[in-house]
Amino acid sequence: MTIEVKNLVKKFGSFKALDGVDLKVDNGELLALLGPSGSGKTTLLRIIAGLDWPDAGDVSFNGEDALAQGARERHVGFVFQHYALFRHMTVFENVAFGLRVQPRAVRKDEATIRTRVKELLDLVQLDWLADRYPSQLSGGQRQRIALARALAIEPRILLLDEPFGALDAKVRKELRRWLRSLHHEINVTSIFVTHDQEEALEVANRVVVMDKGRIEQIGSPDDVYESPATAFVHGFIGESIELPIQVEGGVIRLGDRPLRLAADGLAPGASKLFVRRHDMLVGPPGSGAFEGAIRHVRNFGPVQRAEVALSGGETIEIDAPRDKELRAGDTIGLEPRRYRIFAGA
Amino acid sequence: MSALAARRRTLPGFGLTMGLTLSWLSVIILIPLAGLFLRSLELSPEQFWNILSSRRTLNALRVSFGLAFAAACVNLVMGSIIVWALVRYRFPGRRLFDAIVDVPFALPTAVAGVALTALFAEKGWLGGPLAALGIKVAFTPVGIFVAMIFIGIPFVVRTVQPVLQDLDPEIEEAAGSLGASRWQTIIRVILPSLAPALLTGLALAFARAVGEYGSVIFIAGNLPNISEIAPLLIVIRLSEFRYADATAIAVVMLVVSFVIIFAVNRLQRWAQSRIPER
Amino acid sequence: MTMQIADSVSLPAPDAKARAHAAAARDSLRTEPKAVRITIIALAMTFLTVFVVLPLVVVFAQALSKGVIAYLTALAEPEALAAIRLTLLVAAISVGLNLVFGLVAAWAIAKFDFKGKTFLITLIDLPFSVSPVISGLVFVLLFGAQGYFGSWLREHDIQILFAVPGIALATTFVTFPFVARALIPLMQEQGTQEEEAAISLGASGLQTFFRVTLPNIKWGVLYGVLLCNARAMGEFGAVSVVSGHIRGETNTMPLLVEILYNEYQFVAAFAIASLLAMLALITLIAKTVLERHLNEGHEPRDH
Repeated sequence: MTIEVKNLVKKFGSFKALDGVDLKVDNGELLALLGPSGSGKTTLLRIIAGLDWPDAGDVSFNGEDALAQGARERHVGFVFQHYALFRHMTVFENVAFGLRVQPRAVRKDEATIRTRVKELLDLVQLDWLADRYPSQLSGGQRQRIALARALAIEPRILLLDEPFGALDAKVRKELRRWLRSLHHEINVTSIFVTHDQEEALEVANRVVVMDKGRIEQIGSPDDVYESPATAFVHGFIGESIELPIQVEGGVIRLGDRPLRLAADGLAPGASKLFVRRHDMLVGPPGSGAFEGAIRHVRNFGPVQRAEVALSGGETIEIDAPRDKELRAGDTIGLEPRRYRIFAGA
Repeated sequence: MSALAARRRTLPGFGLTMGLTLSWLSVIILIPLAGLFLRSLELSPEQFWNILSSRRTLNALRVSFGLAFAAACVNLVMGSIIVWALVRYRFPGRRLFDAIVDVPFALPTAVAGVALTALFAEKGWLGGPLAALGIKVAFTPVGIFVAMIFIGIPFVVRTVQPVLQDLDPEIEEAAGSLGASRWQTIIRVILPSLAPALLTGLALAFARAVGEYGSVIFIAGNLPNISEIAPLLIVIRLSEFRYADATAIAVVMLVVSFVIIFAVNRLQRWAQSRIPER
Repeated sequence: MTMQIADSVSLPAPDAKARAHAAAARDSLRTEPKAVRITIIALAMTFLTVFVVLPLVVVFAQALSKGVIAYLTALAEPEALAAIRLTLLVAAISVGLNLVFGLVAAWAIAKFDFKGKTFLITLIDLPFSVSPVISGLVFVLLFGAQGYFGSWLREHDIQILFAVPGIALATTFVTFPFVARALIPLMQEQGTQEEEAAISLGASGLQTFFRVTLPNIKWGVLYGVLLCNARAMGEFGAVSVVSGHIRGETNTMPLLVEILYNEYQFVAAFAIASLLAMLALITLIAKTVLERHLNEGHEPRDH
């Protein structure tokens, strides 16, 4: 099943949740919608599911107009952020619900429904919980039941809203791996929403980065990390140093200090320079594009993190290998191994 | 297509249920109430004024509003004490008394009326001893006052109780740790937090007492100008087929009730705006 | 006792004293001296006993003052039986109507967003703040001989006032908000996610309502019906205005209490009153039980 979204606009009062979104999802993809809260990612997901309706724009599944159908007819499996399991039904009945409410003409007989539910509970590895109620399950178990319930209707598309948002860190990691292998197994076109970049980069084939109701970048996890298309993406994904610079007459300035960086092809005016923390290489004073004084050094897992006051006014944090000798008070030179400059303040 | 789509809602049935709600609301509540106001418009301002300014009407309104306010004030004080005891202390029978607070809600007003009369009549369990002290309750304005206290209790208790229960114990500990005495903590910290609920309870108890009929008329004595309440005067005017008089008194009482609801709504909103988000 | 002393031996005595003092000081942050506590409890209990418990007890004492036989005879009077029947009928009509209305209104109000929602809830609440007498009066003004529809009704020989329809209407007016008010906050709190899940799994609107929504609110529905019924059976003022007090025909139980009382038939009056008081007590007990169920529904949901 392919999904195509064209020029989608959705307002809540004066707030623009979606501001002209275009997106194509290929058959069998596992796509992540990544963005901060309020970026419109959940709204987009709900519109695709038929749980919200756009003010303008089109949604089509395999070329046919999806907006002509209600949520009920779309055959979309939706996994809610807080699972929305039916409190008064057992796990078994929750999973069976979608099969039991089918029109009588196509409804399967009880035995078939039972077999199918058993299969699904096996698939999510929770067959032993069939007679429990949702309130008796852990968060991770509820999550998997919600998924099994969504899969019961053999959805054409699977949509997951912050699937791991309400879980603790350890369970979240396990479920991520499990979701990826499950997707591999069932191969249904799937979209999940997350605000956690690690989650998006680890699980998805393709990542859609959103901000303020617009799509900032669509690409593979490597693409969005290695070549961010916009200042927002660079700042949002990975830990970045962000410096306000001026491009003037072929020279880049930080404050009043010219930097030893090539300004070829850059538009003049206020811009932003982005460098990954670990891409700032430390050298002796006078080397590299920047110069600065180390304020503090802390060990931080596999790296040491130094706070450096740049001559030019800004204070940044850099990551250096643990074996590099850094001391507070030292003056150092800094050379960005890789960097990107985006026009605009 | 898009315009149509924009109006769609996820869950079905909004149009149908909203339509039914509004129709049924109109048939049962709005049209009958509108009829009352329409009727009152048929009166000239002069007629309206003459009805209201007649001695008997004025006295009936004075009895209803005055005693209702006095009773609501008693309820405010006693209700607060009851709430404090129920929420803050543990004692035998607490849960039973907690449930009993709702009796005036649940007991049919006519039953409450005959029961209070029997209790406070001169030969009654409480009326006897009181009569010995020279206090006559039944068939006097004091009787009305007693009945109004009875029906008003749950309003104060049930509005204030949840607020006191939810009051964060840390604010009292904070006040104490800053050196406030217990009494200062209650007056300066707890009471202001309860103020919106207390005022709401007062207003609700007052509104209920003003309109009360069943529990009052048995014990009131119903002497015109002395112990005759406004709702009873409406009934009397109706039985005399003086519809204009009944309507005019009813409109005044309704307007007062609406003002009270409006005030309570504003109070609630104010109270909510004061709650910090958690 | 000795154990405790042995335990605290390691502590220097003055220190233990200071600690006990500090512990008492900590308690005093959140509570009052014992004398104050006892006074407050005594005040509260005395007040409740005088104003609430005693009136309730008096009803039964009066009803049984001439013995059980007199009590039962009073209840077996044809007039009493007719009043009981009428009360049950009127309650069934108005509770039924308000149950359907309450479910419908709660669905529209709790599950959707629209402008003027608060105002609509205020309108539904109106009958709570209208004097019972006025609730009856409005129907007299509509359907009475001089009322807006009075002559039309007479021409078509339809009796509303001083008959069952009028009593049922006035009772429905008075009990209008109960079910809706019990359900709206409950359904708002439960949100729409389960319903959305049901719809996205292919359930129809009715399937969603009956299989997902209704099971979740069943205790709330019972709660609303219970309170609605108590008020419907006990309503006096409104019914008194529209009933016409026709003996054996338009007298509900509360009206019969009034009539018998005014005729100085105290045992009979209090016998009927005792039935209504029992209804109130049963309602309160059931209410307490239901509230427990409703609170259980508040299982912590992780947000």
